[in-house]
Amino acid sequence: MFGIKADWSLDIQERYFTIDDYEGNEARWCDGCGDHAVLATAHRILRDAQLPPEKSVFISGIGCSSRMPHYMATYGLHGTHGRALPLACGVKSRRPELDVWVATGDGDCFSIGAGHWIHAVRYNMDMTILIFDNQIYGLTKKQTSPTSPIDLKTNTHPEGSFLDALNPLTVTLGITNASFVAQVIDWNPPLLYETLKAAHEHKGTSFVRIIQRCPVFVDGITKELQNDSSKLLLLKHHDGIPVAAGLERLFPESREHDPSDMTTALDIARDETTKGIIPVGLLYKNEDIPCYSDLSALGHDITDEDKIAATNKALDAFAI
Amino acid sequence: MEPQVIQEHIVEIVSDSGEGAQKCGQTFGNIGAKLGNGVWTVEIIPAEIQPPARTPSGASGIRIRLGSTKVTNVGNEGDLVVAFNEQVLYSRIANGAFKEGTIVLLDNRWASDPSTEIQKMYADAVVEFRQHGLVVHELSIHEACLKVVKDPRKGKNMFVLGMLCRIYNRDQDMGRNEIALTFKGKAEKIISSNQELFDAGYKFAADELSEYFFDIPPQEKSDDRPMVVTNGNTAIGLGVMASGMELVSMYPITPATSASHYLADVFPACGGFVHQAEDEIAAIAFAIGSSYAGKTACTITSGPGMALKTESIGLAVMAEIPLVIVNVQRGGPSTGLPTKIEQGDLLSTLYGEPGDAPKIILAAATIPECFSLVVLARQLAESFRTPVVVLTDANLATGVQPWDRPDLNRDMLAPPLDQSEWDKSVPAYDWDDKTGLSQRPIPGMPNGEYVLTGLSHTKFSKVSYEAEDNQKSTAHRSRKLATLQSTLTPPKIHGESSGDLLVIGWGSTIGAIEEAVDDLRKKGEKISTIHLRFLSPLEPGLGEIFSNFKKVMTIEVNYSDDPDAPMITPENRRYAQLASILRIQTLVDVDCWSVVYGHPLQPAIIEEVLQQRLTKVKSDNSAEEE
Repeated sequence: MFGIKADWSLDIQERYFTIDDYEGNEARWCDGCGDHAVLATAHRILRDAQLPPEKSVFISGIGCSSRMPHYMATYGLHGTHGRALPLACGVKSRRPELDVWVATGDGDCFSIGAGHWIHAVRYNMDMTILIFDNQIYGLTKKQTSPTSPIDLKTNTHPEGSFLDALNPLTVTLGITNASFVAQVIDWNPPLLYETLKAAHEHKGTSFVRIIQRCPVFVDGITKELQNDSSKLLLLKHHDGIPVAAGLERLFPESREHDPSDMTTALDIARDETTKGIIPVGLLYKNEDIPCYSDLSALGHDITDEDKIAATNKALDAFAI
Repeated sequence: MEPQVIQEHIVEIVSDSGEGAQKCGQTFGNIGAKLGNGVWTVEIIPAEIQPPARTPSGASGIRIRLGSTKVTNVGNEGDLVVAFNEQVLYSRIANGAFKEGTIVLLDNRWASDPSTEIQKMYADAVVEFRQHGLVVHELSIHEACLKVVKDPRKGKNMFVLGMLCRIYNRDQDMGRNEIALTFKGKAEKIISSNQELFDAGYKFAADELSEYFFDIPPQEKSDDRPMVVTNGNTAIGLGVMASGMELVSMYPITPATSASHYLADVFPACGGFVHQAEDEIAAIAFAIGSSYAGKTACTITSGPGMALKTESIGLAVMAEIPLVIVNVQRGGPSTGLPTKIEQGDLLSTLYGEPGDAPKIILAAATIPECFSLVVLARQLAESFRTPVVVLTDANLATGVQPWDRPDLNRDMLAPPLDQSEWDKSVPAYDWDDKTGLSQRPIPGMPNGEYVLTGLSHTKFSKVSYEAEDNQKSTAHRSRKLATLQSTLTPPKIHGESSGDLLVIGWGSTIGAIEEAVDDLRKKGEKISTIHLRFLSPLEPGLGEIFSNFKKVMTIEVNYSDDPDAPMITPENRRYAQLASILRIQTLVDVDCWSVVYGHPLQPAIIEEVLQQRLTKVKSDNSAEEE
């Protein structure tokens, strides 16, 4: 009463977590790599949410970005190339209370794991997918990735890559049950923080494509965007990613976009391929799409007695 | 008239696909099982959903072996066959399914088919079958069904069931009740129409086939243990439920899928969930995710699916994740023989992954073992922190047999999810140097946080490329198999513990091999057999057992070179899969006989092969003595 909780003394026993509680091994990414920014942001989000480290699981495939779990002090699962999403869905399937994050890259998610990308979005399990899109294979040393721009000279295409870059936004928006699709750049920490925070808070699969710097292999791609932010289009809306007033000035181009408007979201996404205008912000959000994890987890708390009784009942059907 | 008492009969029902021969045979088998007969059924499945009608390759049906004693295999040639058309019999004849004197009950509707071509095919076939020595009865089955239903294609099977129940002196009311069970949940009209067909068939056989009236007395049972009757895939599903596993993650593949179909129906009542993944890789990755999170899961597949899963199996081995993988083997390689029987995946299961990937491999020999080995697999997976593969095959998958109803108990179930605080001083892989075993932290346990990785790692699960770390962790993973082997007992010898020939088998061939060996022993041959359930690690004491026999050989359903085939020399001969492993492991010159015909091995064929080997062993031996 009068604002004092009767069990106030219990509060003293509560754990308080600092950034240190989420920091794992020292990150071994190159200097200037955008992954460092994403990692620091994830630490901050967990700290601000005061989530116990044992309740979060970071799951990854293979590639530079997929080292992220090693740099977290939470649980982690560093799997096989392309399989981060089915691994993550499996973790979530019977442990719905765990806080699940996926760290994957443009090769891991859009190439070798492309099949899983489509289906994981469709499952809409409650998890946050961070796509570290540096538009190049880094760990295996500069091969063309699905999002590499056409004509980019790489070790597999020394005369320049043949194909136009895959557009992950149009693809993801086109998948039935897409419920949260955002894009952000790694070199704007406040925007990165707000975007990942919104993604983390969304119930369902949050797909965040992070355009990420790789100063070692494709420095030019992001340098160009950093030097000339007019190619970026900031999406603003009261239901979108909160943008601090001062921040808006960094984006000469911006527009209002209602994230419930799928048709416009697809138009904006398509403009990245057709006009080279790169959207930053929340393209689409729908909180009413069912989560497959709500279904897959049914019965996860059933008692042994009930399990035995149900199995006996199943056996009864075959009794002679 | 009193029925003629017989000890055993093999009955086949063969039709075009979609005519319900299998449902008829399963119901007939269930009635036999309920009456206390020994029963074994095996489905005859064409590889296509709708193969062309009236063709030998389209033969679809079922074989039911009924006996007054326990029946453990499909047996040899059939005694009585009901055929819905004459063409489908050709493929059964080619497969050696019949003998001189086999009774053929053939629907004669094709004799009066509008097409003169079909009339001629029919007439020619009947002549040919009689030349083969088959006792053909041309019966107006279709016509008789027309009196009851408009389209006999739907319902002829229950008419035939009625015929069979009369011929084998099964109680008519029991047959009617079984139909009600078979069509449970369907409209009352459907049930009564099928029962009407059944009654008509029963009367038809009494009128037209009164010379065939048999009785197969029930087995003498020493106890009143309750029994269940299922096929192997259903037994797998029941095993999953009894094991306490809560998740089966699968992708459709023949002949494994029916296990998941069954589970999809009953698993939710146990709190379980069947996840149909987008592909085989996702199916196992999903299961690994669940297992990692403390809910040991199962993935059920067949050969081509196993091939796709190999990388993930490697991850589960490397990162020591408990996982149950059921491989219902079919003919391979590639798409191979999807509906046929082969034991061809032993070596790929053992050696499929890059690097050293030791895992536990169990092989079910019988339908009840499809149940019990799944339960055991979950326990071993968690105790040894490793994937466990259970191999079954298409023979077990669709074969139906009565078996002792298992006593379910809490020890079979997975332990509750442990979320207690982890002792921070204990590493994530606290390998015991002697056994290689360790406990694992589970997400949610405070202070247990670690990052599971498929990269080489230290006991703290830290990535390490150091020479000693990789050598040590690899050795610890391997040592777990030796630790498991130290807890096993040598296999039981069926027969004397010494003699001229020891036959070794694995998987669904146990019944056929033991029947062949028993026949030879009755003839005075010094022959014994052992049947292995643990294939990795192998059961202990094999070298010692082998040393008491003059010759040791395996009988398998996979490929091996015939030593007398062109180009084959002792140096290049490729051995059957278990034989290869036994040769490596025991340094004994283990011989083999194996074929990939795609069908279950018949005891008579095995007996013939073994008789030849025995003759050779004995002549080699007397030559040595001279």
